[in-house]
Amino acid sequence: MSRHTLSVLVENKPGVLARIAALFSRRGFNIDSLAVGPTEHPEISRMTIVVGVEDRPLEQVTKQLNKLVNVIKIVELNPESSVQRELLLVKVRADLDSRSQVLETVQLFRAKVVDVAPDAVTVEATGSADKLEALLRVLESFGIRELVQSGMVAINRGGRSLTDRALRAVAS
Amino acid sequence: MTDGQAQVTGAQALIRALEELGVDTVFGIPGGAILPAYDPLLDSTRLRHILVRHEQGAGHAAEGYAQATGRVGVCMATSGPGATNLVTPIADAYMDSVPIVAITGQVSTSLIGTDGFQEADIRGITMPITKHNYLVTDAADIPRTVAEAFHIAGTGRPGPVLVDIAKDALQSRTAFHWPVQLDLPGYRPVSRPHAKQVREAARLLVEARRPVLYVGGGVLRARASAELRILADLVGAPVVTTLMARGAFPDSNRQHVGMPGMHGTVAAVGALQKADLIVSLGARFDDRVTGKLDSFAPEATIVHADIDPAEISKNRVADVPIVGDCREVIADLVVAVQAEHDAGRRGDYETWWQTLRGWQATYPLGYETPADGSLAPQYAIQRIGAIAGPDTIYCAGVGQHQMWAAQFIRYERPGTFLNSGGLGTMGYAVPAAMGAKVGQPDKTVWAIDGDGCFQMTNQELVTCALNKIPIKVAVINNNSLGMVRQWQTLFYGARYSNTDLHSQRVPDFVKLAEAMGCVGLRCESVDAVDATIEKAMTIDDQPVVVDVVVHQDAMVWPMVAAGTSNDDIQVARGLAPQWDREE
Repeated sequence: MSRHTLSVLVENKPGVLARIAALFSRRGFNIDSLAVGPTEHPEISRMTIVVGVEDRPLEQVTKQLNKLVNVIKIVELNPESSVQRELLLVKVRADLDSRSQVLETVQLFRAKVVDVAPDAVTVEATGSADKLEALLRVLESFGIRELVQSGMVAINRGGRSLTDRALRAVAS
Repeated sequence: MTDGQAQVTGAQALIRALEELGVDTVFGIPGGAILPAYDPLLDSTRLRHILVRHEQGAGHAAEGYAQATGRVGVCMATSGPGATNLVTPIADAYMDSVPIVAITGQVSTSLIGTDGFQEADIRGITMPITKHNYLVTDAADIPRTVAEAFHIAGTGRPGPVLVDIAKDALQSRTAFHWPVQLDLPGYRPVSRPHAKQVREAARLLVEARRPVLYVGGGVLRARASAELRILADLVGAPVVTTLMARGAFPDSNRQHVGMPGMHGTVAAVGALQKADLIVSLGARFDDRVTGKLDSFAPEATIVHADIDPAEISKNRVADVPIVGDCREVIADLVVAVQAEHDAGRRGDYETWWQTLRGWQATYPLGYETPADGSLAPQYAIQRIGAIAGPDTIYCAGVGQHQMWAAQFIRYERPGTFLNSGGLGTMGYAVPAAMGAKVGQPDKTVWAIDGDGCFQMTNQELVTCALNKIPIKVAVINNNSLGMVRQWQTLFYGARYSNTDLHSQRVPDFVKLAEAMGCVGLRCESVDAVDATIEKAMTIDDQPVVVDVVVHQDAMVWPMVAAGTSNDDIQVARGLAPQWDREE
């Protein structure tokens, strides 16, 4: 199975997230990650959905999503030509013995410490899935107490705007 | 202030919007949350509300109305149980692409989410079974929402749309504007097919040796029967019509080789299975047509035309995908095929036709006459078709009688066979027939029902009697859930677990019919069939129910058992056709 990143522009209306999530489950497709938020146009929200499917089922997912009345546009973002990021917050055990090593790791990955307690630090990191995975592998040796991760968000490189193009298509 | 912007209640805005949209009939039942809408309905001279006896009946009636007229059918119910009772017909309409709009009352905004009395999240419940749905909490949104609902239901691939309106939105005041501006940036159905793809399909058609036009319900929805006849005539290829497309192409046409699928004719199943080119027009390669998918039509190139892009390559991968409205696709195909002919390229299907004629001659549709002198259900259904004729609208329930109605009634015109194909909803026939009769009052409407189906929704005959909707119902009474029994006979060692309904004993369908204000007739022998049907045909001021008592063990043949290959079709139990026999 290959991973695909879909950028889905949707109307900012109640129930849209439920429609999309339900469609995936009903048609038997798995969502690896999903992130949703507003765009530069208040009436449009943007979802970044990562799915693990082969090409043909992916085509079916895209077509089914397109049938949802609230979905305006779907674009698959190629990892090479887009920036893809996730956010990670992780609480790592850090006592007097290990604290300096933890902080060194944090610096190495260009992450930052956002909270400190006597026996732990909370680390914030953003990056590609690969980078965050590597960070976690190192932090694991110190002891991970709690971990929370956002879904991936992604945007195409270059100067062109996906939302503008989609809205122009709608207007025409 | 102009007339078009008067202050009205949300409920008045709803009724005004329905009137402006040209709605003439609403099937429904009032209740607490929808009550505000029923008050202005009383004053409307343009809307006829038909008070049904169960919301499911309202939904199927809206479907029957829509299928018989081509217009959007409308049903209305209250919140909670009223709305959930609409779930089955909504799902049915979704599977069979029937344009209906369901309007439901919802509890007041302040109660939503509190498990209030008669609260059900019907928008959430119907999300996977509607083309789209709405929850309206502001009176000002009602006209636009209703207009959008009708637009979505009736355009593109048709389907059900639900509009759930909170009670306080119905009660509060708003300005009424008409016409309204639709706000549907994500809804842009494609109807114009791609010219290059159409030309490719035409090229394949003239090059093929064993082509078949595989016609589905989309041809009826697109009202493309006339275009289809022209195309078929021009191409000269065999035509098969699916269960959902019966009537889209005349049964009397020599090129029609029948219905394909689980209970299709050998010639129609064979035509698809042995084809080198399948041109699918508004069909969706349903499992009941393809049988075991990976062994379906192994040598066929697939041209798949559908207005819904998601249908294309969903089940069987299409070699030539064509997204578009069937009427436009077929019209364009006619032009493209003509161009091929003009260039001297024409298909030669002579050998193919010999093969098909061989199958038709060797394996015609038929049935056994019961040895004990009891009535063959197929005969009774065949006689209804013969006596009532091709102008009649036939509505079937689901099961054996439905298959026999598809096999043994000859359909000549579009919109004359309504049934529940995709969802397989027992109980569809009576309310759908009611809706069809309301939509086409000058046509005779026969419901061909089973004794199992009939007992699910027959209370709508009360609605028919009181509202002067004189439908005719033939209850093909084999005392059991016949199709399930057939499967038990074939696949469960004749262990008849819970399929005996005893309905030749209780209820007495004649008395039941009379109790509901209908004429009740009974027919138990071959000799009485014609006379009984003819008597029913003469009654035009009341609904008629004919209890047709038939043999219990009659089975539907041919049959492709579920999950097996079309190659393994049986024409009767244990009897497989010889495919390579051509003479």
